[in-house]
Amino acid sequence: MNETVRSIPDRLENPALKAFKSWETLLLAVAIAIFITNSFLSPYFLNAWNLSDATFNFTEKAMIAFAMALLIVAGEIDLSVASIIALASTAMGWSLQFDPSVVTLVLIGLGTGLLCGAFNGALVTGLGLPSIVVTIGTMSLFRGISYIVLGDQGYRGYPSEFSFFGQGYVWWVISFEFALFAALAVIYYVLLHRTNFGRTVYAIGNNPTGALFSGIRVARVKFILFLLTGLMAGVAAVCLTARLGSTRPTIALGWELEIVTMVVLGGVNILGGSGSIPGVVIAAFVMGLVTFGLGLLNVPGIVMSIFIGALLIGVIALPRLWAMRRG
Amino acid sequence: MILRILKSREALLIAVIAALLALIASRFPAFIEPTNLVNVLTDTSPLIILALGQAIVILTRCIDLSVAANLALVGMVCAMLNVAVPGLPIPLIILIALGLGAILGAFNGILVWKLGIPPIVVTLGTLTIYRGLIFVISDGAWVNAHEMSASFTGFPRAEILGLPILAWLAILASIAFLIIIARTPLGRAFYAVGGNPHAAVYTGINVGKTQFWAFVLSGTLAGLTGYLWVARYSVAYVDIARGFELEVVAACVIGGIAIAGGAGSILGAILGALFLGIIKNALPVVGISPFWQLAISGAAIVIAVAFNARAGRAKGRVILKRAEAEALT
Repeated sequence: MNETVRSIPDRLENPALKAFKSWETLLLAVAIAIFITNSFLSPYFLNAWNLSDATFNFTEKAMIAFAMALLIVAGEIDLSVASIIALASTAMGWSLQFDPSVVTLVLIGLGTGLLCGAFNGALVTGLGLPSIVVTIGTMSLFRGISYIVLGDQGYRGYPSEFSFFGQGYVWWVISFEFALFAALAVIYYVLLHRTNFGRTVYAIGNNPTGALFSGIRVARVKFILFLLTGLMAGVAAVCLTARLGSTRPTIALGWELEIVTMVVLGGVNILGGSGSIPGVVIAAFVMGLVTFGLGLLNVPGIVMSIFIGALLIGVIALPRLWAMRRG
Repeated sequence: MILRILKSREALLIAVIAALLALIASRFPAFIEPTNLVNVLTDTSPLIILALGQAIVILTRCIDLSVAANLALVGMVCAMLNVAVPGLPIPLIILIALGLGAILGAFNGILVWKLGIPPIVVTLGTLTIYRGLIFVISDGAWVNAHEMSASFTGFPRAEILGLPILAWLAILASIAFLIIIARTPLGRAFYAVGGNPHAAVYTGINVGKTQFWAFVLSGTLAGLTGYLWVARYSVAYVDIARGFELEVVAACVIGGIAIAGGAGSILGAILGALFLGIIKNALPVVGISPFWQLAISGAAIVIAVAFNARAGRAKGRVILKRAEAEALT
């Protein structure tokens, strides 16, 4: 790596950088197109409060997507995030019997997320196991614990001040969740694109063995990334629980797919080594606008999921088809 | 030779299963009565059939997370066909189930083979697409027992020599796959592709095409199970078998199929499925809430995968000991 790296922080090579830049621009164009289409299709779309409501579709998922983006860039994946949300939410609900303060509740949520992340990270880095299988296992394990604790029951009765994290507004139509999403976007942008740590994440994703021989503590960086992903799942659990005001074992079921889709749609290579936070941010808006628009047109949620699944495959397939036609 | 067999994963699993049965029988002797064991086998049959296909997919370094959605979609199509044309003969329905399952599996396979998209992404995508399609074709409605014909629901339950056809099909499929894997070029190709894709190319094996056939086989079995599932439980709706793909993967991982491909046996996958099936059936007998099921299969996956890594690492021939030890950290 030479000094040109500093001026082009996103990618190692120039042609790839161009392709990547165009991906983000393309995505932005898609987002704007969807925005305009939606405002023509539904008279209810262009309303500050409706748009503000629409952000709840993606803010919690996007928070996790930021950390997941780093993890996927580093060549790993965490499919257990949605189950971590369930377990963290269950832990918060369980603690209600001790009448905890709001701060304690939040700390329990974040702490559970961190613990789950540490568990995944220890299995992957400590025992050298493939993260896909480990997190498929912990995906059942974490949600399974929620089921053991809750069965077919649920927790309700969160303190009213707690609901601020999911329903509160910072200023006018800017919700607390949206403000947190924006702040985290900046933090993760700086972390991945402007720090030494971010560079090591790319190095590991491009060539783990090379990174190891360059003096990067690969296992430690990966462990930290699993911790971060767990923590973000904890943050999302706090927001989601506060927004819903209740906990059930089926909370956030299937979110891992939408989060991975968001990351991949944002231009992160599923095999690791490249991707950017701005891409993920735009992808979050694209998915949020699409689901909101389809919702206004009364399209049922499960039909939207067809669209998301097709999006996930299409986003990866189209550039490859394009390359095949040219090459 | 005998020592090697004794130390194998299959022998270990047989011992664990025997110990498990003995443990349950010591408190609840009725559990190991032949009629109940037949029930357990029948109950586990869908898992065994799906694990056969999944084992082959994992052998080729892929994973198929869409099997449960495939099963549910094919099941719904069969049920709706039966409602629309009650006179349709069962063999024809089975053929349709096999064919449709194969097509859904081939779709996964094409994306992996021709476009080189990672299998986990492909099958996560098709998992939601197939589930969504069930809603689209059924409009979210259920197909209930009273709408299905008697022959449609009766087929998997009909008994031959004291065993329901469902269990016979699992046994037949198991034997067929044991033969395919051990005695056909395609079967050996699955191992070659998973063990060392580069070497496989040089021996004239088309890696992508082999993976494609693994997905087709997995899809075909999922389609067959789709009909059997819907007929056995006499109900079809959007959410049947949701999350079942994880149990199938768990059965394979417990059975010693290495997730990195190329290692493991069909017998192991069958035993892994039986192990999970016995636990599932024993939980209510022993008086543990069925809500424990999910956490137990999750824990079983984690423990088994940790165990696989240990077992696999000891066998490898270490040439550059220090470098490899560091690379693994």
